[in-house]
Amino acid sequence: MLFATAVTASNFMPPEGTEIAAGVDSLYKFLLIVSFISCVLVIGGLIYFAVKYRRQSENDKTPYISHSTILEFLWSFIPFVIFMVVFVWGWIIYSQLRTFPENGLEIAVQAQKWNWTFVYKNGKQSAAEFFVPVNEPVKLVMTSADVLHSFFVPAFRNKQDVVPGRYVPYWFKANKIGVFQVFCAEYCGDDHSGMQAKVHVVSRADFEKWLSQKDPYKDVAPVDIGKKVYQTRCASCHTLTEARLIGPGWKGVWGRTEKMEDGQTITVDENYVRESMMNPNAKVVASYPAAMTSFAGQLSEKEIMGVIEFMKTLK
Amino acid sequence: MSGATHSGKNYLNEKSGLWSWLTTLDHKRIGIMYMISVMLFFAIGGTFAMLIRLELFNPGATIMTAKQYNQVMTFHGAIMVFMVIIPGIPAFLGNFMLPLQIGAKDVAFPRVNLMSWYCLMIGAGVAFFSLFYHGVDTGWTFYTPYSISTQNGTIMMVVGAFIIGFSSILTGLNFIVTVHKLRAPGMTFWRLPLFIWALYSTALLQVVATPVLAITLLLLSVERIFGVGIFDPTLGGDPVLFQHFFWFYSHPAVYIMILPAMGVVSELIAAFSHKTIFGYKAVAMSSVGIAAVSFFVWGHHMFVSGQSEFLGILFSFITMLVGVPTAIKVFNWVATLYRGSIRFDSPLLFALGFLFLFTIGGVTGIILAVVGVDVHFHDTYFVVAHFHYVMVGGTLMAIMGGIYYWFPKMFGKLVNEFWARISFVLIFVGFNVTFFPQFILGAMGMPRRYFDYLPEYTALNRISSVGAWTIGTGFLVGLGVIIHGLYRGKPAGINPWGAKTLEWTAASPPPHENFLVQPVVTAGPYEYR
Repeated sequence: MLFATAVTASNFMPPEGTEIAAGVDSLYKFLLIVSFISCVLVIGGLIYFAVKYRRQSENDKTPYISHSTILEFLWSFIPFVIFMVVFVWGWIIYSQLRTFPENGLEIAVQAQKWNWTFVYKNGKQSAAEFFVPVNEPVKLVMTSADVLHSFFVPAFRNKQDVVPGRYVPYWFKANKIGVFQVFCAEYCGDDHSGMQAKVHVVSRADFEKWLSQKDPYKDVAPVDIGKKVYQTRCASCHTLTEARLIGPGWKGVWGRTEKMEDGQTITVDENYVRESMMNPNAKVVASYPAAMTSFAGQLSEKEIMGVIEFMKTLK
Repeated sequence: MSGATHSGKNYLNEKSGLWSWLTTLDHKRIGIMYMISVMLFFAIGGTFAMLIRLELFNPGATIMTAKQYNQVMTFHGAIMVFMVIIPGIPAFLGNFMLPLQIGAKDVAFPRVNLMSWYCLMIGAGVAFFSLFYHGVDTGWTFYTPYSISTQNGTIMMVVGAFIIGFSSILTGLNFIVTVHKLRAPGMTFWRLPLFIWALYSTALLQVVATPVLAITLLLLSVERIFGVGIFDPTLGGDPVLFQHFFWFYSHPAVYIMILPAMGVVSELIAAFSHKTIFGYKAVAMSSVGIAAVSFFVWGHHMFVSGQSEFLGILFSFITMLVGVPTAIKVFNWVATLYRGSIRFDSPLLFALGFLFLFTIGGVTGIILAVVGVDVHFHDTYFVVAHFHYVMVGGTLMAIMGGIYYWFPKMFGKLVNEFWARISFVLIFVGFNVTFFPQFILGAMGMPRRYFDYLPEYTALNRISSVGAWTIGTGFLVGLGVIIHGLYRGKPAGINPWGAKTLEWTAASPPPHENFLVQPVVTAGPYEYR
């Protein structure tokens, strides 16, 4: 499998996952070459003059050259022409990034601190990873439940801020089978850098198979469901040791008696864990920030039960 | 004029005691007070930079938690932008040199000048209190709704930024009036040193752009106090609107940071090549041109924010236009070196370092202005590397060069040239080792403001961290050079560099009202014939 963040040697860019990515890279290479030549001219000229004309004696006479209209015109006009070429070229690529396909697979994306959730038309819901068929246009309709986030797939050379209160579109047509990295690129708080996901580009047949598997938890033991939910939803803030990350580590937390900010004490049991997932800021243990976002409506009953069963095993 | 020995009295020893400094109306003393404050703020902001690089030496938690990292990253950005780079050159070097370079006794409004220093200190106090007391972790950009949904410190922080902004406005106003009204006889506009042209353009920006901060503050307060939806989507507001307001100020602010640096570099290159500036008028007018166009490019910070496609294209186009006058300046500086008589003293090394770094910062700026390519690079380490090349590589190199250049005038003493060059080498090499790998990290896709990163980014991050400590060492050496120069420096004489601008005809250090005899100007600023 091709992994998204491996780097192609030539220009340090990630692998190209779409046709547009190849177009971006061509323009980027052109810019790098022009930039390199400009730097060599300016810095080379600078070093050459500085060394060649270094002071021989304090009585050196220098020529009084006030200006040269033709030179100054040339070094204004030539950069201007180059700037216009790359501007128009960049405009063409930007238009491709922003021209959305008429009919393609549409997936709703919900961003929230610090998770990505992907919802398909048939009701299939997936967190922290999603599947798309290769060589087919895919349109994401994205919104945020809390603050700004930004959906960034380096291999697609495309990113888009996700704005609460709006639906923002994003599209791509992946032309390589593989797993590609998704980052959140707009600062969103404590676990901004942990807000990642993976996009699996697979064949049409594999995609159908994955999509139709509506209940991935069929015949799965609750504790294994909980483990899976932990990995995709909880791991960015909670460790499986006693170490505190953003929230408490889960080892030994089950059954423990905790003290709240207001002095009240509670025992970590089924009801407290459930409340903490649905309405996390109702009872916050002393010394912890009210940082957790609600998972109400995002986790099924099976998943909630799974998390509880999983926590019970972490003695 | 017989120099420092004339009467033994100069601005430093005319009066003594802390109170005489805190109530001084002398632009030179106020300049020195800015120097001390800015150096202090720089030390604090720099310490946070070192902590950032220490944390990022390894992926995962190294020395702090994610929350602490986000606070440290916010403190570093906010302190460096609002308290170091914006006031750095205009308020410190500008205050000291502007009246001297135009042959005036002082600025037009000495009391306002003192007040602007107090504004900076009070604003910095409010900002520090807000940052540390509330533990602000929004990044220096304070984007809504994050900043209003989770923090109490944001409004106060913006209040701090606004009071500091008032310091900018007052300094700008003072400079504009001083340049218009207090030039020595014969000092026509076309005889102004290029540092003055740069300060003048900067002053226009300060006066016009900074009030937008106040408008933003007012809107944030109205929303918070009366619950009117402006930026907060839960009240029906639009968070992207905040970005428009923020960058409408903060983009011109970027030029408030770099234009004075360009002015310093013009002075250094002319003085150390003993040659007139090539294309003086073009360099002067490009400062004004950059200042004017800089008001219409703020949207390039928002290419992926959800603004319309049309705006993205328009802002990409206008941003390209800023590239032209910037390119003119760079080419004209290089052309000035041609057939000059060049002496490699430390100030020139910093000026050449500026040109080197600013050229790389400039071409990567063009890459980011190309909208189709920026979509990939936006909010990655490529952007971090780019703006450090421009702001640190540009502004801080110019400040260091400017300090070493004018030190003999400010204190009448010479710094130790050997150690000044060592500080240059450490800062210059360390800078490239720190920030060049970040271009590559950005191309690879590593987003900025990341506490933790994928394992494949480790090697480049480590190189970057080692570079940062090299820069830190370089600045400590620089501090040592300054302190040593103050106590042990050899007497400088009036004009150690053989420069032609007016400040070099005053005593070193200058007396209270600068010139014993009113200078009369009969030639341009760079008449090396």
